[in-house]
Amino acid sequence: MTTPSTPATASRRRTVIEPPRAWEGLGLRACAEHRDLLGAFAMRDIRLRYRQTALGIAWVVLQPLLGAGLFAFVFGKVARLGSHGVPYFVFSFAGLLGWTLFANVIAKAGSVMIQNAGVITKIYFPRILLPLSAMLSSLVDFAIGLGVMAILLVTAHIGVAPRILLFPVWIAMLLVLALGCGLIAGALGVKYRDVPYITPVLLQFLIYGSPVGYGMMDVPARLQHWLWLNPVSAPLEACRWSLLGIGELNARALGYSAIIAVAVLGIGAWLFNWLESSFADVI
Amino acid sequence: MSSEPDTAIRARGLGKTYLLRGGNGRSTTLGEAVSRFAIGRKRGAIREFAALEDVSFDIRQGEAFGIVGRNGAGKSTLLKILGRISRPSRGRVEIWGRVGSLLEVGAGFHPELTGRENIFLNGAMLGMTRREIQGKFDSIVDFSETGEFLDTPVKRYSSGMYVRLAFAVAAHLEPDILLVDEVLAVGDAQFQKKCLGKMREVSRNDGRTVLFVSHNMGAVTALTSRSIFLDSGRVAAIGPTPEVVRAYLARQAETPMEWSAREKSAHPVQILSLRMLDREGNVAGEFEAADGFTVELGYEVRNPARNTLVEFFIHTADGVHLVTCGDHDADPERYALRQPGEYVARVTLPGNLLNVGAYILRINSGTHHATYDHEDALWFRIAESSRLTSRHNRRGLVLPMLPWITEHRP
Repeated sequence: MTTPSTPATASRRRTVIEPPRAWEGLGLRACAEHRDLLGAFAMRDIRLRYRQTALGIAWVVLQPLLGAGLFAFVFGKVARLGSHGVPYFVFSFAGLLGWTLFANVIAKAGSVMIQNAGVITKIYFPRILLPLSAMLSSLVDFAIGLGVMAILLVTAHIGVAPRILLFPVWIAMLLVLALGCGLIAGALGVKYRDVPYITPVLLQFLIYGSPVGYGMMDVPARLQHWLWLNPVSAPLEACRWSLLGIGELNARALGYSAIIAVAVLGIGAWLFNWLESSFADVI
Repeated sequence: MSSEPDTAIRARGLGKTYLLRGGNGRSTTLGEAVSRFAIGRKRGAIREFAALEDVSFDIRQGEAFGIVGRNGAGKSTLLKILGRISRPSRGRVEIWGRVGSLLEVGAGFHPELTGRENIFLNGAMLGMTRREIQGKFDSIVDFSETGEFLDTPVKRYSSGMYVRLAFAVAAHLEPDILLVDEVLAVGDAQFQKKCLGKMREVSRNDGRTVLFVSHNMGAVTALTSRSIFLDSGRVAAIGPTPEVVRAYLARQAETPMEWSAREKSAHPVQILSLRMLDREGNVAGEFEAADGFTVELGYEVRNPARNTLVEFFIHTADGVHLVTCGDHDADPERYALRQPGEYVARVTLPGNLLNVGAYILRINSGTHHATYDHEDALWFRIAESSRLTSRHNRRGLVLPMLPWITEHRP
């Protein structure tokens, strides 16, 4: 810009709109300008969920409780797996805590674009805020689940040990992986309408291929190698270790999961970035 | 990059091309895409559709600028590019300042949330910080006149209240550049006036730039000083608004009197031709108000089609939807099932129905869930040459001749 004659011009920011390029940049400036929108989207999500269901907040507590009860029945009573010194219910709830967060982030981030099609075609904002807000609102559910976990730890006389300090690390790993998968599902879901339907089905399968209802030590040794290949296994097992002291802290598997998580997030961010400029045209 | 110091928007060689995949060549599900890839079947022919072609203009700061053109001329595409919602395929736009767009009233409103919650949500979407919204909250509520319903979910609002609240939020964004698309088509006349006033105030008093798209030539003339006229995605005229509006109206008058489909579609039903006939059965584009006219639709049914509509709409030049009329009106069985073959359907609209003016005849076919044809096919005019002096220059959308009974008691 040459010397502007009015001070107003000097303060006016210049925006250039051009055809899409291969990599658009992360758009951090735009995100910073819309910083309050991230919270507003998450608030909308949370408000609607608790307002529209009859059970409201109780549902968020009940869902993992019912799931844990089911696992305790199937694996504890029917399959008679050992619960390693804690009630099987507590054992499976500790597994479900991390899993529910992981699955919720993917499912919500995968469908959030389609749900907001009307806004995407009418209002500009950094599209990445939608999957990020899905993650944020899933974290609220997670916090409630964590409260239930705390109650269980007290009532079952388990308490906490210093190993709990590593718990946030495992959750962070799960979040990175989930956000990566969610970005991929969300970006593809705009173009391919069956993706939001396929995602929950895949997650339903994956829950049985992950140490949620059972522990890694219950799995025959020859199958364990295969299960560790599932990048969710190591952090989920580590979550239970941090909470209950049960399970294996497999350093190699954790390293592998961390690498996969970062790689998936990279791919997700790249794919989202690549397809973002055409969202309004195809959605 | 050098620039005039007072430029707000500079567009150069702007173009937008959509790829339309003909026939069944488009994968809309991952399943389809995968099987298509696995089988190695080729995609259908890809057709390019240029929604915008080589559009250039400059808009100064504080200018109120109009965009006129028929439906499908590229007005909305242009606004979407300027509003950063859609990206251009070619060319470049430079914008100085914060842009606020009001492309659809209430986009981003959630029906389940209360008015108060929607103000914060919508404000954040439009780029306001929470603090900014808090600062303007009372003023937004005042302008929208919805104070007593602030804690009611907006799904219970009347459409007028909904529009008022949505406009109020956008109007308080205080952007350097405000993009407004056909917002005034909704809402009551009094509020329309208020919105126009607000936009005028924004551009004249605050020195902000306003871009205004409308079918309403009166509003464009009243609000804007310069305008652009888009025709088939290209700039047909640009300059002072009165000249541009004249060019727009002149173009309407010279439009063809018959329409036919450019190419065959893959839909089960397609409208192939449309023409209008006067009382003598001649093809015409202008009709006597007292005489009425006949609309003739030719269409083809390729497969037995259930629950399909073949109809036309009449819109005024200002975009008011006046009439919807389909050939199943006379025979509901035809809606239920259409046998393959070619059809010619005629309907005569009576005289003394439409008032004098310019109208758009829009064709529409499809089901209640899918659209096959939808296009502004013809313009026509209703005129009054006989000029019964007592009925001349009547106001109103319709011009009925009603059986008055007047009793006289001397």
